Amino acid sequence: MTALRPPPLLQMEGVTVDFDGFKALTDVHLVLEPGQLRILIGPNGAGKSTICDTIIGRVRATSGRILFKGEIISSLPEQEIVRRGICRKFQTPGVLPTLTVMQNLLVAARKNRAWWRALTTRVPADELSSAEEILEKIGLTDRRDIIAADLAHGEKQWLEIGMVVATDADLLLLDEPTAGMGPQDTQRTADLILSLLGRHAVLVIDHDMSFVEALNGYTTVLHQGQVLKEGTVAEVRADAQVAAVYLGRAKE
Amino acid sequence: MKISAKYYVGAAVLLFGALAPLFVNSYELSLLGRFLALSILAMGIMLIWGEGGILSLGQGVFFGLGGYALALHLKLEGLNIANGDMPDFMVWSGVSSLPYFWYPFANPWFSLAAVVLIPGIVAAAFSWLVFRRRIGGVYFALITQALALAFSTLLISQQAYTGGFNGLTDYSTFDGYDITSNGAAQVIYLITFVIVAAAYFFLRWLLATRWGIMLRATRDGENRVRFLGHNPLPYKVGAFTIAGILAGIGGALFTLHAGVVSPALVGVVPSIEMVVWVALGGRNVLWGAIAGTLLVNFAKDQISSALPSLWLYGLGALFILSVSFLPAGIAGLFKPGSPEERVYRRILNRRKLETAE
Amino acid sequence: MQESAFLVGQVFNGISVASLFVLAALGLALSFGLMRVINMAHGEMLMLGGYLAYLTISIVPGPLGIIVALPVAFAGAALLGAVLEFTVIHRLSARPLDTLLATWGVSLVLQQAARNLFGAIGVQVVAPSWLNHTVSLSSGPLEGLTLPYTRLFILLVAGLVLGAIALLLNKTRLGLYVRAVNQDRPVAAAMGVNARLVDLLVFSLGTGVAGLAGVILALLGPVTPTVGQSYIVPAFLVVILGGLGSLVGTTIASLMVGLFTALIEIFVDVSVAQVLLLVFVIIFIQFRPQGVITVRSRALEG
Repeated sequence: MTALRPPPLLQMEGVTVDFDGFKALTDVHLVLEPGQLRILIGPNGAGKSTICDTIIGRVRATSGRILFKGEIISSLPEQEIVRRGICRKFQTPGVLPTLTVMQNLLVAARKNRAWWRALTTRVPADELSSAEEILEKIGLTDRRDIIAADLAHGEKQWLEIGMVVATDADLLLLDEPTAGMGPQDTQRTADLILSLLGRHAVLVIDHDMSFVEALNGYTTVLHQGQVLKEGTVAEVRADAQVAAVYLGRAKE
Repeated sequence: MKISAKYYVGAAVLLFGALAPLFVNSYELSLLGRFLALSILAMGIMLIWGEGGILSLGQGVFFGLGGYALALHLKLEGLNIANGDMPDFMVWSGVSSLPYFWYPFANPWFSLAAVVLIPGIVAAAFSWLVFRRRIGGVYFALITQALALAFSTLLISQQAYTGGFNGLTDYSTFDGYDITSNGAAQVIYLITFVIVAAAYFFLRWLLATRWGIMLRATRDGENRVRFLGHNPLPYKVGAFTIAGILAGIGGALFTLHAGVVSPALVGVVPSIEMVVWVALGGRNVLWGAIAGTLLVNFAKDQISSALPSLWLYGLGALFILSVSFLPAGIAGLFKPGSPEERVYRRILNRRKLETAE
Repeated sequence: MQESAFLVGQVFNGISVASLFVLAALGLALSFGLMRVINMAHGEMLMLGGYLAYLTISIVPGPLGIIVALPVAFAGAALLGAVLEFTVIHRLSARPLDTLLATWGVSLVLQQAARNLFGAIGVQVVAPSWLNHTVSLSSGPLEGLTLPYTRLFILLVAGLVLGAIALLLNKTRLGLYVRAVNQDRPVAAAMGVNARLVDLLVFSLGTGVAGLAGVILALLGPVTPTVGQSYIVPAFLVVILGGLGSLVGTTIASLMVGLFTALIEIFVDVSVAQVLLLVFVIIFIQFRPQGVITVRSRALEG
């Protein structure tokens, strides 16, 4: 029996983004399979965040196309892209400051997003239990009823990762999840991300090499909007070209 | 036993409100009724501004739409329009026949439905058109102000159809019932009181639902909500529509109490004044909106006729001081440390410019 | 022939109204680009300019009065603007909606102060005799077209001010700083730009320009405590149409609002024109929600 091979989860095919003459991305190809981890590194201005922006529909590709589960998503409105199963964590923590930690997670966990389904005070049991589970996972159980504005910086980062997970998206885009964290918190974040794999595919952007090594996944190096190199962390580290544009400077 | 104290106070206020006609003289009752009608509108401002982060400087428009929808009918009461009868001011203006848009208002039930539907539909359409293009914040506030200006100048200039600057006044009956007697005033007061209470409990429920949480979430981070897969539009348009309907109902009740509706009540200046009632009372607390409305309007009634100059300086100072030093309003003094207040104060302390949404 | 003269006259009217709008809206737009706040008391800067023109001309009568009034009004309004920025706006600038309300309070106080000082009825500024002329065409295809000198004077002042501001923004260090803060405030501040001072200077400059607009208003009609209010709502619409903090955008948007109003008033009365202007703005933002000039900068997207 020869079953048709299912399409990859995410395919970026020749994506170019042109900001009024400035090419943020040039002919980017990227394939991600379900449940997989992908790390995206590169020096500042390499186009890492633009890749996330383009996948999520915040920035539109000038040419090329993006397929998710085999369907073109590059022309859909943002919330529709999210509903197909992609969710993103932003660079600066995007939590909802006046809502409690639990409320933040429950906003993310809403399965039926129609507004009229919100006209009730009752939260469905499955949403509640999955929110509790995530709360446990991100280690904020004892902060459950605190408003998000009162969390420490690292806790906000985790809460936002938790919110992204709570949407139960197949693909999670995490943009600098360890920004502003100490080494201990960074290791915890890496463990958290590794525990998500399998159920979710994760695309992580970062430039903290210790974090990237802790994750130790398949890595894509971007430079000036183009893919420079793909491979394991070790392969990337060994590459002379990558060292020239990125790692060499990081070692200084 | 803090909780029970809260309920005792609530019950006492409800009892006082319901029994007011028994021990308050007719002039004071009429003022209280008027201001309670205004507080229905103020609760709508609390919903959109406090909870939704949408500042409207044009609530007078919806107030006016409700007021005029009822006044059109009141002016036609007792007239035989089939016979070619027209309201007095039209006769004086030399209008030859009743304008077409007046006809349906001859029916009292149509008129009552219009009090709710016209402001609701206008508010929904207007806010949908603006919010769908993601115009919000300061831009939205300025557009609503332009709306208030356009609406009031139009009312004034179309004197022959709208009564112009003087508005519509001189009513006698509604569906045959006398509305000018003392007894009628008490009935109108009680109706107002019941509607205020109903609006209060409805909004309390609404804000406790997940819908209310989504509205606050949209206020806190519209883009975050969008990138969690939610469409913020229905929450914003929904809140604005509810606020428009509440303003319309308030306008109709105010018209009954005051016996007049005119452009002076719906333009740019009164519209922005409505916001300061809520700013003073507390933009995130329902009772604060009511208390602020009553407080500012009773003060205005006392001060503005005797010392008009002082009143305008005072009102100006009220705008500046309440938003600068009392972001949670008077209600915030009773229950300090609400999430919103904490976030406001944090922003204020940081004194740092954030990029606007 | 008569019709074309009428039409050209109306277009000219529109342009001269537009030049008033541009002077009134410029400061709003520049400060909005920098701080994302709108000063609701900006209309009162026009009013102040008008009263300062009245006072100056009563002290310096004769043909030069109006010329002296321009710098006086600029300085007076710029000074008041600086005080306002320093005391109220900067404090609140992280909360743009609250800034609207607080500055509205300032506007109420200033209007009442004007009422107490000068009376509610308003004062009349008599235009110097050299402005009391008209250019009229008595032959040619535009026969019957008359262009009053006052309107030409408005155009001249607006043109000079726009030119000066354009030079300031494009050729000076302050202009460079303004553009830097506009694009990315934290980065500009990190590079050593005193963003706080840039805010203050630009705000003060903008209110000064509004003061100039006030002098011109005084030539067109009486100066009343609420004279600013009648120009400020169209100026707000200009800011919405113009796009964030753009000089070119503000100019184009002023022309759009001025011409739209002047031409539509051929067919309908002033109040209906106001309604149609609002309809026009709402239709316009359906197609270009970012305004005439789109500034593409990631710092602007929150």
